[in-house]
Amino acid sequence: MEGPGPVNTQPDLLYSEEEEALRAAVRDLLADHCDAPGVIARTESDAPHDLAAWKALADGMGLAGLLVPEAHGGQGATHREAAVVLEELGRAVAPVPYLTSAVVATEALLACGDGELLGRLASGRTIGALAVGLHLAPGAAHPVAHVGNGVLSGELTGIADAAVADVLLVPGDDGALYAVRAQDATVTPQTSFDLTRPLATVTLADAPGRRLGEAGPAVRRALRAGAGLLASEQLGVADWALTETVRYLKERKQFNRPVGGFQALKHRLAQLWLEVVNLRAAARAAADALAAGEPSDETSVAVAVAQAYAAPVAVRAAEEALQLHAGIGMTWEHPVHLYLKRAKADSIAYGTAGAHRAALAELVDLSAP
Amino acid sequence: MTDAAELTRRTARLLADHPPATTARQDFLKARFDAGLAWVHYPQGLGGLGAPRSLQAVVDAALEAAGAPDNDPRRIGIGLGMAAPTILKYGTEEQKQRFLRPLWTGEEVWCQLFSEPGAGSDLAALGTRAVRQDDGDWIVNGQKVWTSSAHVARWAILIARTDPDVPKHAGITYFLCDMTDPGVEVRPLRQITGEAEFNEVFLTGVRIPDARRLGEVGDGWRVAQTTLNNERVAIGGMRLPREGGMIGPVAKTWRERPELRTHDLHQRLLKLWVEAEVARLTGERLRQQLAQGQPGPEGAGMKLAFARLNQEISGLEVELRGEEGLLYDDWTMRRPELVDFTGRDAGYRYLRSKGNSIEGGTSEVLLNIVAERVLGLPSEPRTDKDVAWKDLAR
Repeated sequence: MEGPGPVNTQPDLLYSEEEEALRAAVRDLLADHCDAPGVIARTESDAPHDLAAWKALADGMGLAGLLVPEAHGGQGATHREAAVVLEELGRAVAPVPYLTSAVVATEALLACGDGELLGRLASGRTIGALAVGLHLAPGAAHPVAHVGNGVLSGELTGIADAAVADVLLVPGDDGALYAVRAQDATVTPQTSFDLTRPLATVTLADAPGRRLGEAGPAVRRALRAGAGLLASEQLGVADWALTETVRYLKERKQFNRPVGGFQALKHRLAQLWLEVVNLRAAARAAADALAAGEPSDETSVAVAVAQAYAAPVAVRAAEEALQLHAGIGMTWEHPVHLYLKRAKADSIAYGTAGAHRAALAELVDLSAP
Repeated sequence: MTDAAELTRRTARLLADHPPATTARQDFLKARFDAGLAWVHYPQGLGGLGAPRSLQAVVDAALEAAGAPDNDPRRIGIGLGMAAPTILKYGTEEQKQRFLRPLWTGEEVWCQLFSEPGAGSDLAALGTRAVRQDDGDWIVNGQKVWTSSAHVARWAILIARTDPDVPKHAGITYFLCDMTDPGVEVRPLRQITGEAEFNEVFLTGVRIPDARRLGEVGDGWRVAQTTLNNERVAIGGMRLPREGGMIGPVAKTWRERPELRTHDLHQRLLKLWVEAEVARLTGERLRQQLAQGQPGPEGAGMKLAFARLNQEISGLEVELRGEEGLLYDDWTMRRPELVDFTGRDAGYRYLRSKGNSIEGGTSEVLLNIVAERVLGLPSEPRTDKDVAWKDLAR
């Protein structure tokens, strides 16, 4: 195997004017639809997902179809735009199935070329969920349902956003991916660490399924896009934590001074800023690589680099936000706990940093002993 | 407006009139300067054409492709990165005409007489005195330290105290000092690596004509800010390929020497590889912002990131080498003309990179700068603000 060698084509790491306009629109919408007290209250209800916000994003703005070609009723945009949406959703810890339906399930369908279902997901009126545990990295082995006589049976756990899915994309033990209507499956909510992206168990008992295509490449592609764009969500989480903490430390006074004027805290925040700046570059590189279309080793490297870097930074940002908010940060009413839970769950989602480093070792020829 | 096409034409004309193969290096560089292709964003007549800075790449690429000599930016780094922008901003017409051309061509190397034994991070506390004489000239006495290139420099940018009776920032004046003048003594300062890359400079009764003053009397601190800001910009602007920094040699050793590999080192190597790649991407992002004319605040963080990474990566490399890590390549006291971060063995790299978090502003000072200027956090309470320099505790 050749070494990674110099990279001559540099990724475009900036945001275009259109992307900034998209960001502003999504941020406005979330400010109206998805404030922190509302998200906290919803987590304790029977319906943790905010389907009104989802409808506004998907139906109102057409964002569920960003990755879907226009021919199938989508926007024909790229991962760069989807990444911007995810940054804002992360910043709001919005409980909407965007990453799971508009990115992961959509990518699986794109691999299978199922235009009809793609169109329904693109409209946002149908929510899809890939029935693969949220913790699994691209390329990892995953449980499958048994397929016999054209029906599916089995139990799949840790399926993110399955509770609101209309259609489940289920890998079968015959190597194919099936579309199963949610009403033909039993979806049982699990008590999730991240209250804003709840997991569920999907139980299939002779459920009818429609064969979509080969499962292997579809799941790999879906998880790779999920991992790559998750970095943008993590950037949003980290950026919120930093911004909110800086704001609070300018206001909060102790010992007759703003707390943010103490050097011990200033250095911690400056260090965090540096990590968030780095995370932005890594997340942009992953989104840009995914947007290039043709899957290549270079895309896999960009995704693995972003995920190996993003998770620890987002967790640290949320942990620092909690510590520096001190007492108020430990309360249920302050939203910092939502961000810490999301950041910590994200550090497992679509593969841990360690799993992505291991993938990287192979990709860039730095083999284990 | 000078656009890319115009620069391409001018570059082609320069190459046609002065073929690199048959033109002496210095002559080519002088011709390039006179054609306005040295630093295209500088004014006409001073080596530039007032063009957008981003278009320099067009000229550089064409000249490199033609095999033209460059002005060896590493060797003239201090002049190029710090003295030149300061002279451009604050210099008189006479000073700009006198200094910029030989600075750029490398005929005259520059050094920086800022830091003192008692004034490092608190640079404005400096005590080197410049006293005005009846004829208007200045007599300078004091000691400077950590002066790289002083042993090869023809000129120096110097800050000195001209009024001890006002608060420290207000009593400083900026000068251009002739290093060949009587009273300037350069002594090598041997460092942790064994070599003497830096110097101490003793100034004893050095006479500096008033025409070599840069900016107003007492305005030296403000002038110095231009120098220091440019020092930090210069660090973020470079373009690196993947594995282009210190991670490159370690990765190479890892690939070529399987017998040295351990699981612990593998984990640390991968973590640092990822961090080095991400820092490279951040640098690239900064470069793209600069090219669009929208410099981001990322520059303030780049030096912090590279300092830590260089230290951790080179430290890992020493351990990776095991038995060889117990050896050192060469302790001879040499006086190198160039700063060389990567050209020697892992042990040297480890020791030299310890300076990366000290030189050009310590990491602690840079963290303060990020916290205050980027994040807008309040500054520490100060006890030296309204106190005359002569009354400060020392």
